[in-house]
This record gives sequence, C-alpha cells and structure tokens, in this order.
Amino acid sequence: MSELLELTVAQAARGIANGEIAPDEYFEAWRMAAATDDLNAYLWRAEDGVGAEGPLAGVPVAVKDIFCTEGMPTTAGSRILEAYVPPYTSTAVRHLREAGAGVLGKTNMDEFAMGSSNENSAYGPVLNPWDRGRVPGGSSGGSAAVVAGGLAPCAIGTDTGGSIRQPASLCGIVGMKPTYGAISRYGMIAFASSLDQCGPLTRDVTDAALLLGAMEGRDPCDSTSVGIEGGVELPSREGLEGVRFAVPAELAHDAIEPGVRTVFEETLKTIERLGGEISEVPLPHAEHGISAYYVIAPAEASSNLARYDGVRYGMRVEGGGDLIEMYESTRAEGFGDEVKRRIMLGTYALSSGYYEAYYGRAQKVRTKIAADFDAAFAQFDFVVTPTSPSVAFKLGEKTDDPLAMYMNDFFTVPMPLAGIPAISIPAGLATPEGGGPRLPVGFQIAAPAFAEQRLLDAAYALEQGIGFDAKPGGDD
Amino acid sequence: MSSELEAVIGLEIHVQLSTRTKMFCGCELSFGDEPNVHTCPVCLAHPGVLPVPNEEAIRYALKIGMALECEIAPRSIFHRKNYFYPDNPKAYQISQYDIPLAVDGRLGDIRIHRAHLEEDAAKMIHVGDSGRIHGSGASLVDFNRGGTPLVEVVTEPDLRSAAEAAEWARLLRETVRQLDVSDVNMEEGSLRVDANVSVRPSGSEELGTKTELKNMNSFRFLERGVEAELQRQRELIEAGGTVEQETLHFDPSDGTLTSLRSKEEAHDYRYFPEPDLVPLAPTEEMLREARESLPELPAARIERYEEQMGLEAEPAKFLASDPGLGGYFEEACRVAGAEVGPGGGGVEPRVVANWITGDLTATLRQRGDEEDFADPTVSAEDLAALVLMVTEKKISHGSGKAVLAALVVEGGDPAAIVEREGLAQISDAGELESIVAAAVEANPEAAEQIKAGNQKAIGAIVGAVMKETKGRADGGEVNRLILEQLGD
Ligand SMILES: [Zn+2]
Repeated sequence: MSELLELTVAQAARGIANGEIAPDEYFEAWRMAAATDDLNAYLWRAEDGVGAEGPLAGVPVAVKDIFCTEGMPTTAGSRILEAYVPPYTSTAVRHLREAGAGVLGKTNMDEFAMGSSNENSAYGPVLNPWDRGRVPGGSSGGSAAVVAGGLAPCAIGTDTGGSIRQPASLCGIVGMKPTYGAISRYGMIAFASSLDQCGPLTRDVTDAALLLGAMEGRDPCDSTSVGIEGGVELPSREGLEGVRFAVPAELAHDAIEPGVRTVFEETLKTIERLGGEISEVPLPHAEHGISAYYVIAPAEASSNLARYDGVRYGMRVEGGGDLIEMYESTRAEGFGDEVKRRIMLGTYALSSGYYEAYYGRAQKVRTKIAADFDAAFAQFDFVVTPTSPSVAFKLGEKTDDPLAMYMNDFFTVPMPLAGIPAISIPAGLATPEGGGPRLPVGFQIAAPAFAEQRLLDAAYALEQGIGFDAKPGGDD
Repeated sequence: MSSELEAVIGLEIHVQLSTRTKMFCGCELSFGDEPNVHTCPVCLAHPGVLPVPNEEAIRYALKIGMALECEIAPRSIFHRKNYFYPDNPKAYQISQYDIPLAVDGRLGDIRIHRAHLEEDAAKMIHVGDSGRIHGSGASLVDFNRGGTPLVEVVTEPDLRSAAEAAEWARLLRETVRQLDVSDVNMEEGSLRVDANVSVRPSGSEELGTKTELKNMNSFRFLERGVEAELQRQRELIEAGGTVEQETLHFDPSDGTLTSLRSKEEAHDYRYFPEPDLVPLAPTEEMLREARESLPELPAARIERYEEQMGLEAEPAKFLASDPGLGGYFEEACRVAGAEVGPGGGGVEPRVVANWITGDLTATLRQRGDEEDFADPTVSAEDLAALVLMVTEKKISHGSGKAVLAALVVEGGDPAAIVEREGLAQISDAGELESIVAAAVEANPEAAEQIKAGNQKAIGAIVGAVMKETKGRADGGEVNRLILEQLGD
C-alpha cells in the first residue's frame, strides 16, 4: 500500500486509467495516511471514497477549509463559522469532483486567509513537517503541510497576497497562483475579492498542471471568471533554450536571508545551464506593493466579513439582548485578533474623508505595479524572485510583530495586485538563521496574465534541472 | 411672510422591477408568498457566494433611463454601500454610486439627475406593539423581497409645491407603467417615494438646508407630508430658527413628522467599487432594443395633444395618462374627422375631448364602472357619431347627453336611439317660435325683468322651453328668439 503513496497524482491517475490501480484502494490508502495527521493540518477528514470516472478518478484532494463543501463543515479557520455546514459546493471543488477526484479532508488555515504562518487559525497552528517547531507558512498552511508531510497527494488553496506560494515555499512543494479569473471564486469564502484566486499545492509541476486544468474555466456564477483559453496541458518542455528571465533590479533587499539568497543564485545558474538568459529589470513600484496590499485587502475584507453578524448562520452571542449588542458580542467573540485588526484597518481606509488618501491611492499604486510588469514582459518572458525572504520561521517568532509578519509577503504580493500568475517551486535547502536542520527554499516565477501554459512548461523544465528530491525527516 | 419662502423639492423614487428573477441570483420574485421561500445561498449572503447581474433588469433599467431622456453610461459601475442591518444580509447593498447607468434626463418640466440600478432589502417584521425594531419583543426577517431589482430615479430640486410634486410623481408612475417594467403599486411597495424638502427666499438661487421625508406610500400622503414639512420649515424660519438636516417620517394618520435620524447619526456607507462585478456595459443590441421598445409616453403624448390637437393642458394630461384612453380619444377624432382650427369646418378634437373627459367619464363613474377605455361600452365610432350629431345641430347638447347615457347602459346605434326617443332637434322655425311665445307669455315676471336689463332672468323662460321640447331645442336659438320677441 505504501508504494501507492509514493506516486505523484499524474502517475496514480495514469495507473487508475489503465486499470493497474483500483481507485477506491488508492483513495483508501490516502484516507489512512490522512488519519495519522499529527501536524494539526486537517480540520475535517472524509469518511469514505470517491467517484471512479474522469481524468482524476480516485484522486483524493485536500481542500483548504475556505472552500464551501455541501454537507461538510467549512470554517475558514474561524470560530465564527464553527459548525457551519454550507448548503452548496464551490465551483472549484465541483470541477475537481466532476473530473473524478474526491475531497480527502478540509485543511487548517489562517482565519479567513489572513496570515503568513497559520498561527491565526482559531483551531491552533499547523506544524511544519520539516521542523515541528516551525510554521508551515500561510494562509494555506494546512494544504501545504499535508502535501509535504505525506498526508495528501495534492491540495488546493487560495492566494491573496502569497497564501499558496509562501507556504509551498516553506514546506518544499509546488504552489501556483493562476491569473485572476482563471478559476471561479464562487464558493471560495472571500477575503479580498479583487485579489483572491484559487490554485493547486502539489508535489511537482505536472500535478499542478493537472489540477489547474481540472479547475479552470469560465463560471456563470462568477462574473469575473474567464478561464484559460485553450485549457491546460501537462508540461513536457526540455531545457530553457532562449527563454528570457528577469530579476527585479530592486531585489538587493537586505531582508533576504543569506541561505535563501544562495539558493536563489544557484537556481539562476541552473537556468543559464539549461540555456535560459538572465537579466535585470526595473520594477520600481513593487516595493510599495506591501503598503498598497495592506490597504486594499483589509478594505475589501472589512466589507466581505461584515455578513458574519449572527443573524442567519454561524455563531451568535446574544449579549445584552438588543440588536447592536448581539452584533458586537458575536463579532467580538467570533473573530480573532488579526481579523479584527484588518477589519479596523479596512474600515478606516474606506471612511469618508480618508478614502482617497488610502484606498484611492493604493489603487493607483496597484495600477503602476501592473504597468511595471507589462513593461517587463514586453522584454522578458518571466520575472523571477525568491518566494519568501526566509525559510520557515519558528512558531511564535513573529506573532507579536505584525509588520515583520507582513514583510513575508514582500515577493508574493505584487503578482496578485497585478492579477498575473506565479508559481513557487522548491529550489533547494538552506540553513535557517540561528542554525538548525536545513529547510526548503522556494523559487518564484511570474508570467503575464493567462500565460499559464508557458509558465508551467518553464517551471517544469527548471524543476527537472534542479532535481529537488529532499523530504521532511530525510537524510539532512 | 411665509409666501416669500419658496418651496424647493426633489424626489427620489424607488421602482421595483417586475423581472422574473432577482437582481443578482436566480430566485423568483414574489409578492405575498410564504416568508423565506424565494431564497438561495446568494440572496441569504452565505459565505463565498457571488452576485451575477440580471440581464433582464439591465434591459428594464435601460428602458426607464431612455424614457426619462437620460444619457446612458457606456460603462456604469456597481458599488458596495456598507451598513449593518438584518434586512441587509451581506451588510452591504450593491448599488450604483459615482457612475450610474443613466444621467441628465427630464420628464415633463422636471430634470432627472440620475437613474441607477440596485437591489432591494429584505422585509423586517417587528413583533410587539411599537412596530419598530426598538422596543419590539422580537424581529423576523423575510428574505423573499431581498435582492429584488430596483431602479432609483433622482430628480433635480425642480419641484415648487407639494401638489406639483405629487402630480409629477403620478406622471412618473404612469410613464413607468407604460414601459411595462414594474407594477408601480405604491401600497405594495413596488413604487416608493422619498422627498427632499427645503425652502428659500423667493428669487434666491441658493438651496436651503433640506430634510428627507421617507417612504410615503400614496400620492396623497406624499402631498400632505411635503405640505406639512414645508409648513414646519416656514414656521421655524419665521420664528428665527434654522432647519436641521435630518430624515423624517410622516405619519398620515395624525399628520405628524418624527425624526428618524439627524445628520450626526447619518451612516458613513464606505462606498467602494464592487470587486465581484465587472462594469455594466450595455451592448449595441441592448441599447437598440430598449430604444425601439419605447412606446409613446405620456409626456410626449400630452405635448402632441396640446400642440397638434389644440387641447387645453388638463384634458391633454387626462387623456394621455392612459394608453387605452389616449387611443380611444384619437380613434374617435379620426372617425369624426376632427381637425384643429376653423378650416376644419367640422368638429374639433377639443370638442371630442370634452365629451370624453366630461360626460362620458362622469357617466361611467356614476355607474361605478372602471373607466376601461381599452374595452369601452361606447365604441369610439358611436361616440364620434354622437359628437357629430350635436356639432351639426341634429340634436341638442342635452339630448346628446341622454343618448350617451342610453349608450352606456344598453349600447346600440346612436342614430337609432335619437329616432326612438324622438330627440331630433326641432328644426321647424315656426314651431319653435310659437313654443317660445307661449313660454314668454307664461312667465310675465321674467319677461319684465329681462326688459329691465336683467339678462339672468332669461333662464326661467329657456327652462320652460326646454321642458316643453324635452330638450330638443337648440339653446342658442331659443335665447335669440326670446330676446327677439321681447323686442330687443
Ligand atoms: Zn436567491
């Protein structure tokens, strides 16, 4: 049975398609594995199996607990949705099911996807399988940890400012944020509507392509969805001959850990070895990405989270008995500190008299960041950066310093602001500052909007060139 | 002094569209169904749901915008209007803010500031005595109405009296009714009117501080509410006070105005562009279809009746208010060959109009009938024949009324009724002369008074002649003969 768990999703799907593997046996093997979760990565696990038709027949998928799943609890990592069971299923999960996949479980996450360490979950932090004293990243920390920790063959998450790519990087797996609009947001609990996008967290680039292909598409339930024209094929590119990569000129950012910088530079050499070209490109506004992001995302969140008022579903605390007290008590008890912090930030940013100075100006910065990327892609095929400035940090290390926590998103925030796709692939291991066992480092590649196929092809070629095969608890 | 303070009134009208489904989800619209049967995850604002605009609602809104002669925005934007209340499940209403669907129009003499699309709130039912959420034992929410498409029409502050405001609101209702996009029923809430009211010294261009009167559910209450508020403001200013900006509720049962909230309590709605929706960009096809589907609307019809058919303002307005009535009037004119001006020789449209607005309407109303001119008891042809007989003096006006009354009751051919009832006018001059002579003789007192110059006294003798002839005499001719015989 255990050799089933060694297979990538693409390998298993091939085995199931040609009858070598029984789909329910495959699902059951993973169900047993998921049951051993000692990372606090799952909030809910499936009792039984899946359908047997389609390209993903029998494939278990771990689903971030931000996707509504009819009949299964969906909490978004929040106390306010404890015991909430949605009456409908998100389009992304429905598409996976239609391809034959099944929900293996719902994964832990930062409350309402607000966080970079998974320490903001109302249900406790997720532990990093490489070092249980460290965070898995966030907000899709549970989805990253189950794939890295051998508790699921693949997972899906959401990325608003880096919430797929950063935990993928910290857990040594592949994580991809597609173009805004590639996958329907219907049924994905909204954090920041103009930034949120669903994407895969997988062992390798091929599996990411497989899941993306199953999930993308225009959805009549999401006016902002468009899908990916021509769909997604499994990548097969060899080498990177003539492919032009650009490194942001402003990257000399002293917050990058030396170990991360070393892996990044080695990866650039690997690209050159594969025939690719490396240049520098100015992205002058990217450094304002964090500021713009931490206005726009909280502003939208303050509105999106206002519906959790205790009236129709979820938690209700009556308070003194009148309506306002009920609202206040419910939200005071239901939301955690980081969520409250962002609701207050966002409410302030949208208030009359402050709107232009904050929200209006942040939108202008956003437009300029997008223009920077447009200019870069006129000259180059891809922009590359480290995914995260550091390897996985210790639990509790940054919880008292929100600004330090926010800086984790430095490299991942500009892409959702520009709406473009980006992927993080494991590029090597580095010793954390302060010592300890070596930990994974992610390499981020960003592409123009809807260039997912080119992005996957290049990432696949680079993945072959890097040959990353380290595992948690391995020989290091 | 109060006459020197001019009223300045603007209206905000919410029109519920009669689309099949709600504005942003597939739930059917309903009125009077069991509570909470027309709901889904979207209109209950479950986590993760997204709005999808109703294309039919957009088409309806385009018709309203065009009927109000507005400019249609090529790309209008939906915003979120954020506030907490149980009837607002998302805690924001999706509405249009700085770039609405339609701007700068007019209806009649009143300019339209804007018309935009939004969604309706759910309905609250407060259990307990007060009828308001404060102090009620419990509050229930019925989400059937939540998400119903609304068009909000906002006028410029061009109205100058409560009566004008009510009359203009009626014209708007009639206009929207004829577009067939709403039930426009004020009692059921498919048409809701708020008024912004202020006063200022006559001749001033500046606007005074306004108050907002909420949700008056009939035109009569609108007029009374605005009147009451104008009076309150005038008295306040005359007493040396100043008007405070606030939102008021008018209670028609006792005519009182109560403050709902002051300026300080006003919400900060934190408007921002709705990120779940793309800009609303109507296609050429949608614009063309809306344009071509517009019927001739009351305002245009009133203008045509006045300018081309020579009607006075009142009958023009009355006849144009209903397409069935207008069609009836125009058909009767056509059959009667009615033309404007002395050149026409025959009957003028205004005479036909008078018969309809006067005698026919009165007769129908007396009978307690719905004035349904799309299916009238008296056909346009018969009415035209009747009007022609009177105009050509074949029967007297009084006989005409009698024929009309008979037509309303039993129908039939007007000429046959005239024949049967012996109503044909007395055309034999000698016969009429002798009847007049007899009447003069029988009323010596009146005759003396007329001779003495009291023209009013002639009525008694005319009455006697009419009685004798059973109304078959021409009144003008009888007058002439009486004066002739009295040697005038
Ligand atoms: Zn609905």
